[in-house]
Amino acid sequence: MRILPKEIETLWTLFTAPVVWALHFLVCYVGAAIYCAKQDAVDFGFGVVRAGIGAVTVAALAMIVLSAVLAWRQWGFGTYDPPHDDPTPHDRRRFQGFATLLLSGLSFIAVVYTAMAALMISGCFQ
Amino acid sequence: MKPPPIAPEEVRRAQEKRLRDVWETPSGWRYWTSVNNTQVGVWYTATAFAFMLFAGVLALLMRTQLAVPDNDFLSADFFNQAFTLHGTVMMFLFAVPMFEAVAIYLLPPMLGARDLPFPRLSAFGFWSFLIGGAFVCGSIFFDAAPNAGWFMYPPLATDKQYSGIGADIWLLGLSFIEVASIAAAVELIVGTMKCRAPGMRVNMMPLFAWYLLIVAGMILFAFPPLIAGDLLFELERMFDWPFFDAARGGDPILWQHLFWIFGHPEVYIIFLPAIALMAMIVPTFAQRPIVGYSWIVLAAVGTGFLSFGLWVHHMFATGLPQISLAFFSAASEAVVIPTGVQIFVFIATLLAGRVIFGVPMLFGAGGLAIFIIGGLTGVMVALAPFDWQAHDTYFIVAHLHYVLIGGMLFPVVAGLYYFYPLVDGRKLSDRLGKIAFWLMFVGFNVAFFPMHLSGLRGMPRRVFTYPEGLGWDWLNLISTIGAYVFAAGFLVVVFDVLRPKSRQPALERNPWNAGTLEWINEPDENWGVRSIPLIESRYPAWDQQDLIRHTDEGRFYLPDAEEGRRETLVTSVLDAEPIYCMRVGGNAVSPIVAAFALGAVFIALTFEWWVATAVSAFVTLGAILFWAWTGTAEIPEKPGKDIGLGLTLPLYRSGPESVGWWAMFITMVGDGTAFGSLVFGYFFYWTIHEDFTAGTAGPGVLWPMAALACFVAAWLLMLAARGVNARGSAIGMRLAVGAALVLTAVGSLTGLYGPWVHGMDPTAHVYPAIVWVLVAWTAVHGAVGIVMLLYCLARSFAGKLTTAHDIDIHNVVLFWHFLTVTAVTTFAVVGLFPLAL
Repeated sequence: MRILPKEIETLWTLFTAPVVWALHFLVCYVGAAIYCAKQDAVDFGFGVVRAGIGAVTVAALAMIVLSAVLAWRQWGFGTYDPPHDDPTPHDRRRFQGFATLLLSGLSFIAVVYTAMAALMISGCFQ
Repeated sequence: MKPPPIAPEEVRRAQEKRLRDVWETPSGWRYWTSVNNTQVGVWYTATAFAFMLFAGVLALLMRTQLAVPDNDFLSADFFNQAFTLHGTVMMFLFAVPMFEAVAIYLLPPMLGARDLPFPRLSAFGFWSFLIGGAFVCGSIFFDAAPNAGWFMYPPLATDKQYSGIGADIWLLGLSFIEVASIAAAVELIVGTMKCRAPGMRVNMMPLFAWYLLIVAGMILFAFPPLIAGDLLFELERMFDWPFFDAARGGDPILWQHLFWIFGHPEVYIIFLPAIALMAMIVPTFAQRPIVGYSWIVLAAVGTGFLSFGLWVHHMFATGLPQISLAFFSAASEAVVIPTGVQIFVFIATLLAGRVIFGVPMLFGAGGLAIFIIGGLTGVMVALAPFDWQAHDTYFIVAHLHYVLIGGMLFPVVAGLYYFYPLVDGRKLSDRLGKIAFWLMFVGFNVAFFPMHLSGLRGMPRRVFTYPEGLGWDWLNLISTIGAYVFAAGFLVVVFDVLRPKSRQPALERNPWNAGTLEWINEPDENWGVRSIPLIESRYPAWDQQDLIRHTDEGRFYLPDAEEGRRETLVTSVLDAEPIYCMRVGGNAVSPIVAAFALGAVFIALTFEWWVATAVSAFVTLGAILFWAWTGTAEIPEKPGKDIGLGLTLPLYRSGPESVGWWAMFITMVGDGTAFGSLVFGYFFYWTIHEDFTAGTAGPGVLWPMAALACFVAAWLLMLAARGVNARGSAIGMRLAVGAALVLTAVGSLTGLYGPWVHGMDPTAHVYPAIVWVLVAWTAVHGAVGIVMLLYCLARSFAGKLTTAHDIDIHNVVLFWHFLTVTAVTTFAVVGLFPLAL
């Protein structure tokens, strides 16, 4: 049985991790904003919102880690060093893998930054 | 690699003559019908600089007024017009168009293409920009310029008493220019992804192209929210639909959201292309490849994404929940990481190389130093508590000028000095360049650094004067002196560009000994490259031996134009393998007519001249249809051609392999974003009200659902039409298209009937207004779809749309996918969401 999905040949995988960041950011912001606007109409506290943000953060980080692992494989598990500038499909794939890996790292940090907001702030405070 | 064979001398002479004839620049008045990137790029750049000088003069007027307390050099109202126009022109008519201009000029030679895939679209974009820009700038001479600040906040800007016609000029003039920006985005994305020279895989693309690809993608998601906002704004001003009027359920904050969802990414849309110029200049002046190519890609993509999570930091003082502020504060701090990576990559490249300190490097390095100061104050104002203190003061004015002038203007001047030989075959003066740099660098800091202090001492931005004795007097006087020094420096640059250089000897090609492909272009030939080379390196001019000579000898692809047509290659996205040979549009009047007619639509709308609007709209439609009919999806005289090096490629491709399909896809992504912004508006109003229908009637369920069913059925019919056409049945295709046409018309009318029959009055409250907007948006798209279907039918009857030549039907079906998503979303939201309340 294959644990990791088969490698796919496309430019779009490069954007996986930043897209996950964007969705995570949007869910956190929209979720909290709607809660704060409608808090009188619902019967749960801000703690639930924070727990929800925690849950989507874990899910987002897991997806980013998966994207990083796939990128690491595409890069060749670090066997080859940059700059990956040979005119071959092989080096092109290594480049894609390495750039995707870097983006996964940045997205991971950015998701943690977003989540930290919910760690520090305990209410809507308008 | 063994060098490709060379053709005999007389054959080459004949090839060159044919190529030269095909790509020749027209003379006389027809010169202006040229669509080639070398002409359009230069016009575009020159126009953007001209607008910049105009806005610079406005800035000097303002600085003169502020030089001393209680000054009466300018009236308060003129001052308002001056700062509004200054900001508007610098952002919309200089910073963004400048990057489009430079990209149109530089991208084809960098990618080894003869031209961009849609040269007529570039020309259309340029003419639109010129007309819209002249209209907006000209208003100040009639005392009618916009005067509510470059971000046009309601309720000030929706107040017709105060803002007069200026706000309409702003909204409509700039909407028109935004159309040009989206046209440029389409052009640049398709050009970068599909028109690279064979062998230029994604890991060998010039970094400029990487940046441009990301920036063009950002435009697709950043500009449409502003277009949607403009639409709502203009509906309020023209027809009194209360989107931003709190008394009738509207909310001015929605405008701020829509404006800054555009406005913050825009800062990076401006900054990234300028830094892209640095990514080309730094390796040349370090005489070595960039250190950390992949890291630059990381930075470009990362900044592109993160920049969409920053917009609320312009709204920290509006009373949003603190948790919301914190999310945006966090993203604002995170974007520092990729921004910093680029600067470290440049420093590392310079450290690893042997640096030559020419004028371009001087401007580049000086710009980065200024930018870093602006970045650091950016980190400060990204913290909400600090921002609450500094908000709307001169501290912000200082911050944004440090970022924009350091991050955009200085690198652009660096690029001007660097790329000038590519345009003219001569260098600008080193001596004048250095004088200009020091005047600008010193002048800039003298002008803007004191503003940090005047801001911290409480001076609000946009005041036209101030009393003495508040501790602002000297700081303002110093700023004014600095502004004049800075302007003097820029005038030296202008003089250097305009001074006659015919006595200066022409340089040989590639005078900086750069490594990238654009330098193999011949400045005195209009064809770009003599033959399209096979790329095997990131820096082909350094690494590929005899590349210039072999290219000039026509040893590579497309060395000839036997059929007398302008041609370039379309290659695959990842590995740049040749797919087909594309015939690009030649010089034409239709883009000019279309641009002028569309400009007339917007101008007539400003003055509410309805008949003129309708006539101009009709002319626009006619020009576009003529343009499409005569210039697109042309059936070639033979299925394929030999493009050299023993390779035969087809001349016609449809669906995802063709560039037209990609253009439609990209346009519709932008269109979808605008629609998404309107849907966001609907739900925004829901969040701010207890009952956002305010007890008024909705469109009901029946009519929206009937409309939804019609649109879905039309979509299925379109899928069937494409299928039966592929199987060879022209009649079946026509029947399916005809049925889809009827269903779309019925669906659009049914959709409009829902709010109509329930008597929804869009001026009474924001709820009926937003429902009408969504439904009308869908109906207008349905009408556009009907025009496309009629076009397909006409093409089919004319024998231009057949089983083998089916570009049109593929592209229209693609439009239909997006139309169906729009219709399903609209009718589900307006019909079903009220039930869930």
